[in-house]
Amino acid sequence: MSKSLPILRAAAGMTLAFLFLPLVIILLYAFNTEEAAFTFPPPGLTLQWFGVALQRQDFWNAFGLSLRVAAIATAAALVLGTLAAAAVYRFNFFGKETISFLLLLPIALPGIVSGIALRASLGLADIPFSFWTIVIGHATFCVVTVYNNVLARFRRLSRSQIEASMDLGANGIQTFRYIILPELATALLAGGMLAFALSFDEIIVTTFTAGQEQTLPIWMFSQLTRPRQRPVTNVVAFLVILLTALPILWAHRLTQKSNES
Amino acid sequence: MSASATSTAVRFQTVSRRFGAGEALVRAVDEVSFDIFDGEFFTMLGPSGSGKTTCLRMVAGFDQPTSGTIFLHGHDVSQLPPYERDVNTVFQDYALFPHMTVGENVGYGLMIKRVARAEREQRIKEALELVQLVGLDKRRPSQLSGGQRQRVALARALINRPRVLLLDEPLGALDLKLRQQVQVELKAIQRRLGITFVYVTHDQEEALTMSDRIAVFNRGRIEQIGPPEELYEQPATAFVAGFIGVSNLLSGEAAQAVSGSTHTITIRPEKISLSAPSIVPSANDAHISTRGRVADKIYLGMYSRYVVALDHGGELTVVEQNRGSGAPMPHPVFKPGDEVALTWSREHMREVL
Amino acid sequence: MLARLSNYLYRHPTVLLLMLLGPPLLYMLGFYVAPLAVLLVNSFYRLDDFTGQVVREVSLQQYATLLQGANLDIFGRTALMAFVVTLACVVLAFPLAYYIARHAGPRTKAALYLSVLLPLWSSYLVKVYAWKLLLSQEGIVNWVFEKLGLQGVLTALLAVPGIGGPSLSISNIGIFIAFVYTWLPYMILPMQAALERVPNSLLEASGDLGARPAETFRTVTLPLIIPGVVAGSIFTFSLTLGDFVIPAILGNSSFYIGQAVLTFQGSSGNVPLAAAFTVVPIVIMILYLIGAKRVGAFDAL
Repeated sequence: MSKSLPILRAAAGMTLAFLFLPLVIILLYAFNTEEAAFTFPPPGLTLQWFGVALQRQDFWNAFGLSLRVAAIATAAALVLGTLAAAAVYRFNFFGKETISFLLLLPIALPGIVSGIALRASLGLADIPFSFWTIVIGHATFCVVTVYNNVLARFRRLSRSQIEASMDLGANGIQTFRYIILPELATALLAGGMLAFALSFDEIIVTTFTAGQEQTLPIWMFSQLTRPRQRPVTNVVAFLVILLTALPILWAHRLTQKSNES
Repeated sequence: MSASATSTAVRFQTVSRRFGAGEALVRAVDEVSFDIFDGEFFTMLGPSGSGKTTCLRMVAGFDQPTSGTIFLHGHDVSQLPPYERDVNTVFQDYALFPHMTVGENVGYGLMIKRVARAEREQRIKEALELVQLVGLDKRRPSQLSGGQRQRVALARALINRPRVLLLDEPLGALDLKLRQQVQVELKAIQRRLGITFVYVTHDQEEALTMSDRIAVFNRGRIEQIGPPEELYEQPATAFVAGFIGVSNLLSGEAAQAVSGSTHTITIRPEKISLSAPSIVPSANDAHISTRGRVADKIYLGMYSRYVVALDHGGELTVVEQNRGSGAPMPHPVFKPGDEVALTWSREHMREVL
Repeated sequence: MLARLSNYLYRHPTVLLLMLLGPPLLYMLGFYVAPLAVLLVNSFYRLDDFTGQVVREVSLQQYATLLQGANLDIFGRTALMAFVVTLACVVLAFPLAYYIARHAGPRTKAALYLSVLLPLWSSYLVKVYAWKLLLSQEGIVNWVFEKLGLQGVLTALLAVPGIGGPSLSISNIGIFIAFVYTWLPYMILPMQAALERVPNSLLEASGDLGARPAETFRTVTLPLIIPGVVAGSIFTFSLTLGDFVIPAILGNSSFYIGQAVLTFQGSSGNVPLAAAFTVVPIVIMILYLIGAKRVGAFDAL
């Protein structure tokens, strides 16, 4: 670690400021007094819009829907992603490279691809849009997120520990329960929270699979194109930042801790 | 250790372990057969890739022979997974479980076997006493030194009272002083408990220090098995002669000049005496003498090592204690370039394959 | 009973493999690969003009439509934007990534790492929305330009056809800024990881052999971090190619691929055309991925 050039620090600092400025502005606007909440500098600060926002029924509906979708998609992803990671880590099988590639596609290909593909298939099979079509759209990329996290953790497992466990009398299932699972725990938690946040925030695929239902991002999108009560949208934006920031910080601390051990 | 009717703890019967096929075929272990007796400290010695570790892993159950059978106390164990064999292993990297305390690590095997908590705690205590780690049971492995971790690994294996303990180069990561100390302790523990120890190492000094018997591995085969003295004084092959101690090999014409035949011979460096060329001991059938010139001399504190180029061809390394000028029967201090006479007893010279 | 199962699986590893791989593989095949196949097939169908129904006859008509001027414009616009955005992200990400990787002490590093993660995980819509506010005519950017007396520059910029518009918040410049902002963390993180993996000993050896810092950078550091940079670019490129939200919020009437796809399958129900449209970014990305794999980017993900 050497002394850095001042110009490097300046450039880095500018990038950092660039990253944070919009978030700060939003936080500021949540407290804005005026309805036409575009002006800068904001005329005054108030908490009144928080009250208004929290009374909006459509907001709560969307919020609840997003929560439920994220919860189920994450749960499915935890199971399927871990199974896949275990298979890829433990075995060398025919087509392994293809499958690893396949498990990369949902996040490497643009979201509209997943979206329109599902849409076309649902149309073909004449399946109507529903809660479950949204979940399926989300679960796919959630599985990939968990898979990557868990596989990375698997690769850091020491093989001799697994052998030691078997040497001391534990069979495969016991070894998994006492030795492997505790070491995976942090990766599962981190991967799960990442998947949850991704699902909660997702709009692209959801637009294609949601039909009439509104998740929170879809609700926000509709608000943006219809400027009714824009300060309410500001407030919601503020709340969403808080809601996603906390689990992410926690997930990060967890991954750091397990990296250190 | 009982001298008579020792039973066999481990038996290898024409065991082979092959990897790959055709051109890429690797014979890690090549038709190896030998016995390990109950209660002995048995070492498998050899360079890396010689097959010793593979053999150890096959006893433990982490690897399967491609052909041949392995018996543990008379039972064919080929079908048995590691968790059903009455052996325990001390791993080279210790393999301690990072998320458990020392106590939990040591008691793991008992926990799996559902031993009652009271008995488990008692036995953990005893195991830690045995390896001199009393009071550390609440620590985590990351808080221990390398030497301490190694003892935890040992305790964790021994607490299960296995009939055979396997040790895979457990002292490799320790510094010299610590290693020598632990070698002595390990030997003492083995004597005290009477368990069969099967030890793998590439360090011949370590093998000589601790073992009752040594098997020297080379390229998947065993070149010689025997007690340390036998291997050192009577090596059967050139490889054994060279791997254990320093080998002095003379073949062809050079051998002819001293032994009368062209078979390769070997002689240990400390068995050779140096003297001034004018003082050659009387030639008789018991001794052999020849002459040469000192090519190199290395001073090593306790002794000096000479490399002597023989007049009739070949080279011999000679080791002599630095007994100093006041000692009885001194000889002149030789320097590189000096002419010397070399003498040794005929019975110390051996033919090797 | 569990013990018996465990023993069985130990002796029959293939069964274990099937148990592990089966469910996720079936899921992916059923809910991702199969839909992709349906999409591809759909791109060969066409929409009957009279009935508005999809006609299941194989033809290349949709692909012919793709070659029409207006559509080619859409592809070109989106691809160009993806490219420019990726470049800008590389340039902007580099100083910060370099600083974090090579100059920050452990605590600063953790803090900076977190401060890159936070915007990454803040709601996507919130970020886009924030830029809408920032770039609007009453917003802060305009205000700064006014205060600095650079109003004229801004007007001139907005007058340039192709990238300008009635206001920053309704222009390709605005779209560009929003894209760069939103994807920037996706570029910073792999870049930073790649820079961290360059062992110090290599750089010292290079210096020891007589290379000046700039030369060391060019010949040693740069080649080593290319996989990480390419890994990051996969995201910036792919995400830009398919996005419809940012162009919708910050754009005017000229469409990007994402918007085109959404419109075709939505109001007009023209799934075949939407499918054909989507095949283009798929092909682009698969080619990109193959290239990225060659460069070793997959190990950097």
